[in-house]
Amino acid sequence: MTQMAQGAAGTTAAQPIAKRKGFRGLAKLARNRGALVGAGIVILFALLAIFAPLLATHDPFATAFTSIRKPPSAEFWLGTDEIGRDIYSRLLYGARASLMAGVVSVAIALAIGVPLGLISGYFGGLVDGAISRVIEALLAIPSLILAIALAATLGPSLVNAMLAIGIAATPIFVRLTRGQVLAVKTEDYVEGAHAIGLPHGLIILRYILPNILPPVVVQATITVATAIIAEASLSFLGLGQQPPNPSWGSMLNTAKNFMTQAPWMSIFPGGAIFLVVLGFNLFGDGLRDALDPRDS
Amino acid sequence: MLQLIIRRVVVAIPTLIIVSMLIFGLQRMLPGDPILTMTAEESNPEVVAFLREKYRLDDPMPVQYLAWIGNVLRGDFGSSIRTGLPVTEMILQKLPITVQLATMAMIMAMLIGIPAGIIAAVRKNTATDYVANTVALSGMSIPNFWLGIMLIMVVAVQWKLLPASGYVPLTQDAWLSIRSMLMPAFVLSTAVAAYLMRHTRSAMLGVLNSDYIRTARAKGLLSKTVILKHALGNALMPIVTLSTLLFGDLLAGAVLTEQIFVIPGFGKLIVDAVFTRDYAVVQGVVLFTAIGFIFMNLVADMLYILINPRLRHPQ
Repeated sequence: MTQMAQGAAGTTAAQPIAKRKGFRGLAKLARNRGALVGAGIVILFALLAIFAPLLATHDPFATAFTSIRKPPSAEFWLGTDEIGRDIYSRLLYGARASLMAGVVSVAIALAIGVPLGLISGYFGGLVDGAISRVIEALLAIPSLILAIALAATLGPSLVNAMLAIGIAATPIFVRLTRGQVLAVKTEDYVEGAHAIGLPHGLIILRYILPNILPPVVVQATITVATAIIAEASLSFLGLGQQPPNPSWGSMLNTAKNFMTQAPWMSIFPGGAIFLVVLGFNLFGDGLRDALDPRDS
Repeated sequence: MLQLIIRRVVVAIPTLIIVSMLIFGLQRMLPGDPILTMTAEESNPEVVAFLREKYRLDDPMPVQYLAWIGNVLRGDFGSSIRTGLPVTEMILQKLPITVQLATMAMIMAMLIGIPAGIIAAVRKNTATDYVANTVALSGMSIPNFWLGIMLIMVVAVQWKLLPASGYVPLTQDAWLSIRSMLMPAFVLSTAVAAYLMRHTRSAMLGVLNSDYIRTARAKGLLSKTVILKHALGNALMPIVTLSTLLFGDLLAGAVLTEQIFVIPGFGKLIVDAVFTRDYAVVQGVVLFTAIGFIFMNLVADMLYILINPRLRHPQ
């Protein structure tokens, strides 16, 4: 009975603190100029991707032999490519592929990585040993090379590229989650939850998961940036989005053959990748500063 | 110290075994008969029978794995279906090219990243610090294949300063070899330079706030002496190990850089292999990279033990 009271007291005391910290973090985030610029860039590109059909000036697939490799003009804002397609319109539709690849592959990595990390850290012992060894082995293969090998095995397509990038990004999340769980596991409120006899599943979901989320969210944001570059890289190599579907990476792949004749073909898609990735990185950095417990 | 090193080596062995199992599994995930993917269309019954026997394909999976790993341990990664050459030979041929590229990139990254990090930390929260941080974040965000294209357009085509692409062996013409690698190495170095800058900055900030630095300053030592002699020595320790670990990133980054600058290295080997469905080569390259990475990890650990006097003499 006394144990139960202690456990309950522990949890009620812990939760308001977590909430107050969250608010303080949000306020800090709003004061971080870099994070705001980053969020602005990301939102802008998300809107461009969502409203691509409304914003496009041309059909992104329409080829025209009368307008091959035209420089930017009033008609073709960012010029045309080697078979006369409008680069601006293709860029808008390409944003869909890039953002979706970034978000979906990180979602895959989270969906596999966080549960594995929770189990590994919480239960320890043999399960932990087995999971940790496999993760170490996966971490030994540079993730882009792993993604290339997986994408090649699965066959080139956008879906497979997302799957490959997601799997390649999973080990980071397992390791991060596991480390966080180990730190939280010994806290009084978790021991209290044990003491009142709560089932493991409930303890993990109600007491551990919410407390380990901040660093996972920061890592996820930064990984979206890496994933977008990875998708562009795979598409650049021909292992991602397949033609004629627009993707920034594959646009750059053809553009590199026309570097001198049509520089606009490479400037804009690459610039778009750079900006979106910078946006996610700026926002991720700001989030880290805002949520970092060492700061408070 | 020796004991520590031996323990690290022993710990690396299970990791290596699991890596090899994963890579083996990856190949067996491929649809169809592995021998048919190995020999492509050319399916001479004698060759097929020989390979079936060599890889023990009629035996259960664990036996197959043991047969394969036994060959790998003898340095036999199989042969390429495209060139017919042994995979090991192909890798060893291409490796020096990528190692030259990665080494030049690492030197550049250190020359850019570490001084920038020190300056940013010393001038914390000034315009210099903000500029250094912004440049670093941009370096992390820029896709290196795009940076490569842009540099070729400006430096090689417009200014005609450096060759646009190609590779010259170091032994043939050292000066031309280094010159033609300058641009690709710089492109490859950006992300690593950015990481090094950020880590140097935060390590320096941590050290600069410590008591012994305050004491050194209180003794009236010159600010330069304090920063370069007292602070840098301690701040550099994690940076050295980090650089070793980032070598793996350079290998992966080389895949795209080599593609842009048409350098016939390790990275180009894997891409070409992927497109010709040359799975033995893909497998070999991935396994080789993993072994290299685990080895670099060991080197990093040992360096850390060597430069950290606290670990040199464990009780």
